Amino acid sequence: MAVPAVAVEQLVEWEVAETQIGLWTDAWQRFRRNRLAVAGAALVLILVLIAFLCPLLVQLGILQNPVKQNVQYIEAAPGQAGFLLGSDELGRDTLSRLLFGSRISLSVGILVQGIILPIGLAIGLAAGYFGGRIDNLLMRFTDIWYAFPDLLFVLVVVSVFKPNLLTIFGAIALVNWVGLARLVRGQVLSIKEKEFIEAARSSGSPPLKLIIKHLLPNSLGPIIVTLTFGIPQAIFLEAVLSFLGVGIQPPTPTWGQMVFDGYEAVYANPTSVVFPALAIGFTLLAFSFIGDGLRDALDPRMRR
Amino acid sequence: MAQPLLQVQDLRTQFFTTRGVVHAVDGVTFHVDAGETLGVVGESGCGKTMTALSILRLLPDPGKIMSGRILFRGKDVTKMTDEEIRDFRGNDVAMIFQDPMTSLNPVTRIGSQIEEAMTAHERFTETLARGRVIELLKRVRVPAAESRVKDYPHQFSGGMRQRAMIAMGLSNEPDLLIADEPTTALDVTVQAQIIQLMKQLNRELNTAMMLITHNMALVASLCQRIIVMYAGRIVEEGPVEQIFKSPQHPYTWSLLRSVPRVDEARKDRLVSIKGLPPDLSHSPPGCKFHPRCPFVIDKCKDEPEPPLGEVATNQVARCWVLMRNVKQDDIDAAKQSALSKEAAEKLKAPTAELGGTIGG
Amino acid sequence: MAISEGRSGRGALLPLRISQLAGSRGGSLAIFVGKRILWMVPIVFFVILITFVLMHLAPGSPWDRTGGRQLSQAVMNNLNIKYGLDKPETEQFKLYVWNVIHFDFGLSYQYEGKSVVTLIGGGWPYTATIGFLAFLLIVPVGISLGVVAALRQNTRVDYITMGFATFAASFPNFVIGALMVVVFSVVLYKATDGNFFLPSADFGLDSHLIMPVITLSLLPIAYTARLTRASTLDTIRQDFVRTAWAKGLPERLVVIRHILKNSLIPVVTTLGPTFAFLVTGSVIVETVFNIPGIGRAFVVAVSSRDYPMILGTTVLFSVIIAVANLVVDVAYVFIDPRVRLT
Repeated sequence: MAVPAVAVEQLVEWEVAETQIGLWTDAWQRFRRNRLAVAGAALVLILVLIAFLCPLLVQLGILQNPVKQNVQYIEAAPGQAGFLLGSDELGRDTLSRLLFGSRISLSVGILVQGIILPIGLAIGLAAGYFGGRIDNLLMRFTDIWYAFPDLLFVLVVVSVFKPNLLTIFGAIALVNWVGLARLVRGQVLSIKEKEFIEAARSSGSPPLKLIIKHLLPNSLGPIIVTLTFGIPQAIFLEAVLSFLGVGIQPPTPTWGQMVFDGYEAVYANPTSVVFPALAIGFTLLAFSFIGDGLRDALDPRMRR
Repeated sequence: MAQPLLQVQDLRTQFFTTRGVVHAVDGVTFHVDAGETLGVVGESGCGKTMTALSILRLLPDPGKIMSGRILFRGKDVTKMTDEEIRDFRGNDVAMIFQDPMTSLNPVTRIGSQIEEAMTAHERFTETLARGRVIELLKRVRVPAAESRVKDYPHQFSGGMRQRAMIAMGLSNEPDLLIADEPTTALDVTVQAQIIQLMKQLNRELNTAMMLITHNMALVASLCQRIIVMYAGRIVEEGPVEQIFKSPQHPYTWSLLRSVPRVDEARKDRLVSIKGLPPDLSHSPPGCKFHPRCPFVIDKCKDEPEPPLGEVATNQVARCWVLMRNVKQDDIDAAKQSALSKEAAEKLKAPTAELGGTIGG
Repeated sequence: MAISEGRSGRGALLPLRISQLAGSRGGSLAIFVGKRILWMVPIVFFVILITFVLMHLAPGSPWDRTGGRQLSQAVMNNLNIKYGLDKPETEQFKLYVWNVIHFDFGLSYQYEGKSVVTLIGGGWPYTATIGFLAFLLIVPVGISLGVVAALRQNTRVDYITMGFATFAASFPNFVIGALMVVVFSVVLYKATDGNFFLPSADFGLDSHLIMPVITLSLLPIAYTARLTRASTLDTIRQDFVRTAWAKGLPERLVVIRHILKNSLIPVVTTLGPTFAFLVTGSVIVETVFNIPGIGRAFVVAVSSRDYPMILGTTVLFSVIIAVANLVVDVAYVFIDPRVRLT
């Protein structure tokens, strides 16, 4: 059945428009109803806020300087001598170290997704759009990449180059882009199969524009969910690196470091390992809840 | 008169969803006699499938049978224990479903699936059952039954799968077979074959059958009696020939209008029922069909819903007006206006659903 | 979470590839397995290449000692000659690959005179035992939890198991390990005044294994349970389950032969990544509990730039993961007839 090109364009617009509007308002409502997700989002927002404000808080004297070593107060218990959460083996305030550590964790977690996104998008789009041998090649490439254990790769890269923020970003991004690329590729493939694309092609319109136009509203949801789940992955990797001593080096405090230090001193000061451990755990938990909430909220099958 | 095989009395089934309570089956009473084929027709969502599922107590989760009795050979199904129900299903009453691809376990062989239907009720030993499976498949005209027994569902064609399902349903020689849209998911050519098969089996086995469908042609060829459902209620009931010749409820009339019939003049065009299926959680007052009825009068909106009244021998209908009281001019006008309404709607939205068209 | 849900999407691509590779009915399985084994060669090669390149891109040399006592240039030159580091990179690479084929992974830089193979061999029993035990724990526990949660959806059982799963999945294993040490060793040590599962220097294959194995298994159990639950819930909604009930089958049969037989299929595909996780997890767990296994050796090698050791362990890990994936993929073909008989 011949469908006039004009009607097809309109059809795409109409479908695309309806999908977009309905999706977001509906999703927002559903997200809001998910109490865990909202709690997670609240925690994350508070963390981010504090992370930004940390240096200011130190200037204002509310927070102690995280690198300042107070020799008199080594391994103070929580509540002692003005150290709300105690101090570590060098007399540094645990609370402020904890809060400053969040800056590292959050920035690695969230910003890395900004690197993963273009890589994943580009490769996924290329694989899906071109299809055929290019697709095959790219997919084989991702398979090989997949075979390399992620932690090992990151460990090797980061320890071999200088363990600074940039290397860590790069290493983690390199290890985690595969999921996104696969997702994008799948989306592009399923769009290609839709009938009106065939129709459009036969009437001469460039399908790439159409694909991208249709790709965005449909896959924005899953892409966001994938990136959101990528955040705790990245935070985890950074924490492991710090824990093993090959992440961000002291004196900059990171949670992984703090767990390690606390662990070393576990007999003398058992609680010092608990705080960073819980910090990592609850932050990851919060992001998981947000990810789950987003996934349920944006799931097209659950609409209606 | 002999006691009917199945007697459903004032069945009410509701679904408790987040959007409210859906009255899927709203006071349905009917019976099926031994050996007869009863047709249950109506558009999607009118409650016919839910009625069937209620009979076997297979309602999906937010659904519950709220009240009413379902008497099979005098025993109330709604009050059966779990063991009794298990014994009842697939044995006294069997059901076959609409889509044979999704209704069969994809990772188990067809033969085993039919076998287990039999061994579960301890009427056949394993060896007997295995032999019987091949027999059954042959009976439903599956070619090369001996080797086909070992196949998986995806290796069967659509028509063959439905045959396998029929074989499975009949394996324990049930007294009643409920068939929910058995041909809808199949190609047109295959549909004809399955209908043939069912006719044949009906003659051979004399099993009573409840045929749920929106395909009026199917009803005409297989059923002796039909009930017409709308919005969870029965709106008309009677022998097939009578209903087809003179339907009394406007809904039945509209349903029959939208099926091409050989016995009518060409110029009677197909008519679709305007409007959308009713929302079963928020029903309008009065007759449930009145918003879409071409022959509505004030009484239909103002008074509570009409009861089922006898309109001819063995035929009942739920309507204040009744088709025999409608003037021919009004009937012709209804046909015309329905047509132009349809044409107008087609121009507005490219993919909007055209209200309530059935038969396809 | 260390394993994202996205990774299990790998299984979805699987039927596509298998049916592409498989030809006719008969020898297709052998061809499939054969092709996959051959495919492992470029993978391992690639792993070696990348690791090798990374090693040699690194600034500095393996003889740099931090903090004082730098080796003299002459000594370093000698060391370079001894370990063949003076040759051009491509030479070194070719030589290395050649050696690998002969199972010679060279000599460790740290431990004078010891070959990598010996060192790996020494650590192998610990890593293998813990990994194996963890796997034995993960599969039945993870699957059972998931099934129970699905069958009793939205009841207390469901919420408790899934709550536990979420927590276990979010707390990284070194965190859990450290917390476990705190709880068991410190608290209970003081309470029981005895040697309560302490990580100790003389590590034996005994009760000391309990904590590391549990720590290593928690995340995979959580992940497996969640996936099993989701898959089972999906399956329960399918039409054929309704057919099974309609036939009057007893509950046990419906659950096992109809529901589980279908819902466990996607779970099997995640066993491959689970294995991969056990491998990387061993690195962390062995460090936390001070176990002289390959994982810990890897970390130590990395921080002391022991190239042969790094290369050796990386290759070993990759091979293990590749083999595990292969086994899982083959198993998948056996359990899903739709794939096998296309």
